[in-house]
Amino acid sequence: MKRHEIRVCILRVGGTNCDMETKYAFEDLGVQADILHVNHVVKHRSLMEYNALVLPGGFSYGDYVRAGAIWAKWMLAKMGRELMSFVDEGRPVLGICNGFQVLVEAGLLPAFDGIAPYPEAVLAPNNPPGFHCRWVYIRHENNGKCIFTAKIPKGQVLRIPVAHAEGRFLFPKETETRCLKRLIENDQLVFRYCTKEGVEAGGKYPYNPNGSLYDIAGICSPEGTVLGLMPHPERAFYWWQLPDWTRQSFMPQYGDGKLLFESIINHLEKKF
Amino acid sequence: MSLYLRRDTPYPLFEINILKATDQQLLTVSSELGIGLNLQEMKAIQSYFKSKARNPTDVELQTIGQTWSEHCYHKTFKGIIRFNGKEIRSLFRTYIAKVTEELKPKWCYSVFEDNAGIIRFQGGYGIAVKVETHNHPSAIEPFGGAATGVGGVIRDILGVWADPIACMDVLGFGPLDYPYEKLPPGIKHPKYIYMGVVAGIGCYGNNMGIPIVNGAIYFDESYVGNVIVYCGCVGLLPIKKFRRNVKPGDIIVLAGGKTGRDGIHGVTFASAELTEKSEETSRPAVQIANPLEEEKLRRAIIAIRDLELASAITDLGGGGLSSAVGETAKRFNCGATVELDKVPLKHPGMAPWEIYISESQERMLLAVPPENLEKVLEIFCSEDVEATAIGKYADNGLLQLYYAGEKVAELEIPFLFSPPNVTREAFYEPPKLEEPVFPEPQDLNHILLRLLASPNIASREAVLRTYDHEVKGATVIKPLVGEHDGPSDAALLKPLKNSWRGLVISCGMNPNYGKIDPYWMAASAIDEAVRNNLAVGGRRIALLDNFTWGNPEKPDRLGTLVRACQACYEIAKAYRTPFISGKDSLYNESPLGPVTPTLLITALGVMPDIRAAVTMDVKSPGNLVYIVGKTYRELGGSEYYRLMGFLGCSVPKVRVVNARKTFKALTRAIDLGIISSCHDLSEGGLAVAAAEMAFSGGYGLELDLRLVPRENLERNDLILFSESNSRFLLEVPEKCRADFEAIMRGCTYAEIGRVTRTQRLRIHGLNGGVVIDAPLTELRNCWKKTLG
Repeated sequence: MKRHEIRVCILRVGGTNCDMETKYAFEDLGVQADILHVNHVVKHRSLMEYNALVLPGGFSYGDYVRAGAIWAKWMLAKMGRELMSFVDEGRPVLGICNGFQVLVEAGLLPAFDGIAPYPEAVLAPNNPPGFHCRWVYIRHENNGKCIFTAKIPKGQVLRIPVAHAEGRFLFPKETETRCLKRLIENDQLVFRYCTKEGVEAGGKYPYNPNGSLYDIAGICSPEGTVLGLMPHPERAFYWWQLPDWTRQSFMPQYGDGKLLFESIINHLEKKF
Repeated sequence: MSLYLRRDTPYPLFEINILKATDQQLLTVSSELGIGLNLQEMKAIQSYFKSKARNPTDVELQTIGQTWSEHCYHKTFKGIIRFNGKEIRSLFRTYIAKVTEELKPKWCYSVFEDNAGIIRFQGGYGIAVKVETHNHPSAIEPFGGAATGVGGVIRDILGVWADPIACMDVLGFGPLDYPYEKLPPGIKHPKYIYMGVVAGIGCYGNNMGIPIVNGAIYFDESYVGNVIVYCGCVGLLPIKKFRRNVKPGDIIVLAGGKTGRDGIHGVTFASAELTEKSEETSRPAVQIANPLEEEKLRRAIIAIRDLELASAITDLGGGGLSSAVGETAKRFNCGATVELDKVPLKHPGMAPWEIYISESQERMLLAVPPENLEKVLEIFCSEDVEATAIGKYADNGLLQLYYAGEKVAELEIPFLFSPPNVTREAFYEPPKLEEPVFPEPQDLNHILLRLLASPNIASREAVLRTYDHEVKGATVIKPLVGEHDGPSDAALLKPLKNSWRGLVISCGMNPNYGKIDPYWMAASAIDEAVRNNLAVGGRRIALLDNFTWGNPEKPDRLGTLVRACQACYEIAKAYRTPFISGKDSLYNESPLGPVTPTLLITALGVMPDIRAAVTMDVKSPGNLVYIVGKTYRELGGSEYYRLMGFLGCSVPKVRVVNARKTFKALTRAIDLGIISSCHDLSEGGLAVAAAEMAFSGGYGLELDLRLVPRENLERNDLILFSESNSRFLLEVPEKCRADFEAIMRGCTYAEIGRVTRTQRLRIHGLNGGVVIDAPLTELRNCWKKTLG
């Protein structure tokens, strides 16, 4: 399909707040992106009108109970069937920050054996605790399954900011080793926190900003069409969003976040 | 005679027998109803109701009490002051608004009219800005007080139809290591307040998805009993969507959170001193924050604005419905009728007066023409926001309140907004202070390290990281800059997607100088805010004033306020920087005494092209380092003197003619792109600024004090740490030397050294020897560890 025919749906609900900059990123690449309130989708529209779905960052429902938990349950209840067919058809679903939390709470990630009826992992409160906003380095770990990173060579280091209080990716203690092994073997591991040079963070703060298991920053579904990540690629899109642009004599036009958006669009152009 | 007569109603409603009340009884009523009015005001009420030949209801008295409170009516700033024998009619008109009136800048769209000032930005877009104080609630309940402070100022921005795009926060705390045994009963430890306030601000800003981009934290002994919380917000609006045309018949729509018993008498509480009992008596005055509700409210309001469905909007803040309804009616020369039983409540059984004055959060009041009502309610519903029509505006000039069909209040709007004029006494006498005499310390290196670690200079990173300063993806210069998280002078935003025009936000505050002379404190605060703004590339600067002072009924407190206001007029006028909004918080007194008078100046500049912006971190070895502006023997109130245990009396002055010349030249140099880095000299003077530039950029500096332009200064320590105003350190590439010096002709400036490849800060003293020599890592670690 042609680039200008691609339509991306950016869903929002009370407490979502990174929808606009996400829309700008897609639009900059020549794709149509609509921000829709879930109430509106349920009443008047269908997700199936769209080629890709984005759950943006924010504090859906105030992140009361547990980050992303309420919105996840709400979506499953009100538009579960539609969401399942969207995913089953292999249409890309991207969850950024709060969106990642929602995907995990909804069982859409890691979804080892298909969509799970209950969360298989969790994005727990940060360690050290509290909200942290900083630019981090993440290394691309995927061997090629993840469609969102097809343009990014394995091992490449990206610089993207994080801003969250609950981003510590964990599996249940008793199945941790098995789950982690499975994640890696399935090629579902996408991003890990690292140092500027690409050396693994080894859980060390501030390289790993939240104490995430195995420095995990982002994972995808077994099919590679659902991606969740804690860092915000839409905030590392333009050069002037970078923290050190005044230090560069030759600035690139874009930040590293652009690579993700381009990969999705390339995938859609080729696949559909 | 009973003072209170209960009416025969199924809900609590009292008549207050004031017609025949004695003076003493009038004061009893004022205190028992918690409305905080004085005898003169109570007598004005009495005579009004005598003319009506009836007693007031509790709803009426409460409404008047709210409207006439210091917090809502600003009696001190609007009243008459007798100052050292002269009479000043309205501090606000005489000193603050006058700057703007005389300068008449075309780009000021709406100032001092609404809850927020509005200036033109670009292409039909305006910027709305407001800074609020939330000191009193934060002293009782730090988290809730600070969070609702942020929530409140965001609603001020929504209240002029603007979409909030950034927040600012300036905080003042007591020393974090304050000894527990010195705390009097009822006062919470500074550390507890600090943690709570910071968490509250982060919670609200982060949840709302509004970046917190600028601010300051100041520590002072007097803040132990009086914490300072300034919350600011900036918003963007298409000016043609700014609607203000209420007509009689328009429906009053209350939208957002439900109304509850939280935040009863908040304004009365804010207009009195804090006491040992404040915790017990005033806990209900602090509201409860729910940022989620306000986020939804914001979406709905912006949608309604874009469709131009409403004729006016205002927020519910201090005074709740009473001030929102009353002020709207007054402004459009209308009356208003409200059915209080229609207001959605958090809990049943609230008395009508409680409903009318509750300050529950996350509520907005809209005026909607009847034909648009359905559409407006539909928009609120689509965002999951509760909205209710609770009454309408009328053409009779009367405020009429009903509960279950019964009239519970009827007041003439003109009466409600003409409280008796307050006359206050003010007196100022300069404190008797001496300049300390002490020898120059041997080890200036050690002094510099201690200064960098001192609470008022140390890195704020630990706090800043808990605020989201990037959400919305428009923060071009962030609070932390350079390779190593240096302290940015100002924040730079790119508010419009298709424009390079930038908005520069900075602030200035020097409470310590006020202990010597409030005039030069205010002057220095303006200078600091302006030079911080210029340092990044801002110009066309607008100012906001926020006063935190003690009890204005005490002549000495009011005297210092007058002094500060005089400086506001003189300096702002000379700098051609109009005031566009402001707010005062008085009665900041606790059992530990009055607050140190604290004036916060917020500066809002624009930058034609963000691509020319400059940060404060040094960029490349070999570049030249210039100091701009002259250094004087001005260490009174400086951080250096504080460290040595002195206050002194040589407070920094502002020399406007030279300063303006410097400012203009600096802006030209920045626009030409020949400045690699620029940092303003403030707390800790030249030495601290140089250290910060070096360790933020990761390159050393080699400087020579003999080259620093100065007057009457022949001691290394005084040159290093003097806090004279209007000075900058600049980094200029060698190839731009001629251009730079041509631009600077006529200004005081000097080349004082270079950026070096070594990782050290080295400064040569007056006899040529090295007086400062420290590795950057050591400087940086000292600076980072205090709050980290």
